[in-house]
Amino acid sequence: MREKVVEVRGLKKSFGDLDVLTGVDLDLYKGENVVVLGKSGTGKSVLIKIMVGLLTQDEGIMNVLGDEVSNLTAKQLNDLRLKIGFSFQASALYDSMTVRENLEFPLVRNVKGLSKAEKNKMVEEVLDAVGLLQTINQMPSELSGGQRKRIGIARTLILKPEIMLYDEPTAGLDPITCSDINNLINEVRENFNTSSIIITHDLTCAKDTGDRVAVLLDGVFGAEGKFEEVFNNPQDQRVKSFYDYNFIV
Amino acid sequence: MADKSTKNENIISPKIDKTLLALTDAFAFVKRFFVEVWLPPYEFKEVIRQCYKIGYNSLALISLTGFIVGIVFTNQSRPSLSEFGATSWLPALISIAIVRAMGPLVTALIAAGKVGSSIGAEIGSMKVTEQIDAMEVSATNPFKFLVVTRVLASTFMIPILVMYTDFVALMGAFLSVHSKEMVSINTFFVQVFEAISFLDIFSSIIKSLVFGFTIGIVGCYKGYHSSKGTEGVGKAANAAVVLAMFLIFIEELLALQIVNFLRMS
Repeated sequence: MREKVVEVRGLKKSFGDLDVLTGVDLDLYKGENVVVLGKSGTGKSVLIKIMVGLLTQDEGIMNVLGDEVSNLTAKQLNDLRLKIGFSFQASALYDSMTVRENLEFPLVRNVKGLSKAEKNKMVEEVLDAVGLLQTINQMPSELSGGQRKRIGIARTLILKPEIMLYDEPTAGLDPITCSDINNLINEVRENFNTSSIIITHDLTCAKDTGDRVAVLLDGVFGAEGKFEEVFNNPQDQRVKSFYDYNFIV
Repeated sequence: MADKSTKNENIISPKIDKTLLALTDAFAFVKRFFVEVWLPPYEFKEVIRQCYKIGYNSLALISLTGFIVGIVFTNQSRPSLSEFGATSWLPALISIAIVRAMGPLVTALIAAGKVGSSIGAEIGSMKVTEQIDAMEVSATNPFKFLVVTRVLASTFMIPILVMYTDFVALMGAFLSVHSKEMVSINTFFVQVFEAISFLDIFSSIIKSLVFGFTIGIVGCYKGYHSSKGTEGVGKAANAAVVLAMFLIFIEELLALQIVNFLRMS
């Protein structure tokens, strides 16, 4: 039986009068890539922010690696966060730090007793894994959008997470860079043995990276399964129009 | 996006409720600072980096402003004193004015504009670009790394800058006095130190600590609560300056009352 690393049941979240998630159920199994698809503003990012405790659900269960996130103390939540890598939509690199300092930031605060040589080795290893070793002394402002995404992913990989959460990894990138990022997501899974949730509205990204896709419609998953199962002959008109819009536009 | 709590009905009126909520939020922010400042891990390296940034970045502007204040204040005071043939009192008058009020006030106002806005904009921009969230998900306490360090740095650095401003302003005043009254530097500074008391210096330092804390905490608070993209960052920087300046004047007024009370008793 496959090991479940994330279990979401009946998850609800509202902001003011706006009900964003109205009863989401989702499972993520070890070594699996699940893509959460949906239009902008449907609560895709909210779902993964609840997973790392940046937001709290109003109702429902969010169980990550055996822990109910909303019941954790600050210390326990931090311990859990170390096992989760979060790649932000706009990369969220620290502007005032070089690439090396960005990568060292989580390392020096969470792994004690590392020598300078060990730190350098770890930083260089993850930069090499994302193919950007040459940028080690550059500032984030000197990098392209695609490079920033890769460095953002490298920063999360340095703590060897068990779960990777990607928030719109291909947003705002050209098709070739998107394809590079999709390949990187797959390489990360193979080389770092991660399970991943990929939030996107890009169907090419979903097709290239997802073992399963789940389409978020009106606060719940309206369709779920392999990419072909969901999109080859969609019963739900909203899923069909989402597919048509993506590929025709 | 507002959280679910905004669904609650208003208690008094929307405006008053909003103001009360903002005040509660601000007090909670200050309280959090006083709790977290004692808790490990301590970000000494970042505090020192911020001290250097605050001190070094403000030095040129403060030097120029302090020097000009010294000259202008001396030149403006001279005619009134000369009417009574009391221009020899200039060093005493100027030293009291500079050490008691003008040095701390001018430094704090300049720092509110330069340091406060820079803190507000920097933290605001980190907030809207999710850098603060990124710190949080990497199990680092962003409040400790960003807020505690900056508030401590500005609290420590403003008194040092105030003492420096006092010195530069007195040098400006000396040049003005020397050029008209031909007073030597020795005589000038003997009169300066005869005129000011321990209470003047002590109250000036305490006041500067409070000003520094105000500048830091207001800049951090406004930045930490900024939203709505780049527009929000601009608003945060602006609000940090306006609010810090307003609070500095209020604090100056309160400090004056307290020092006068101490002097009388």
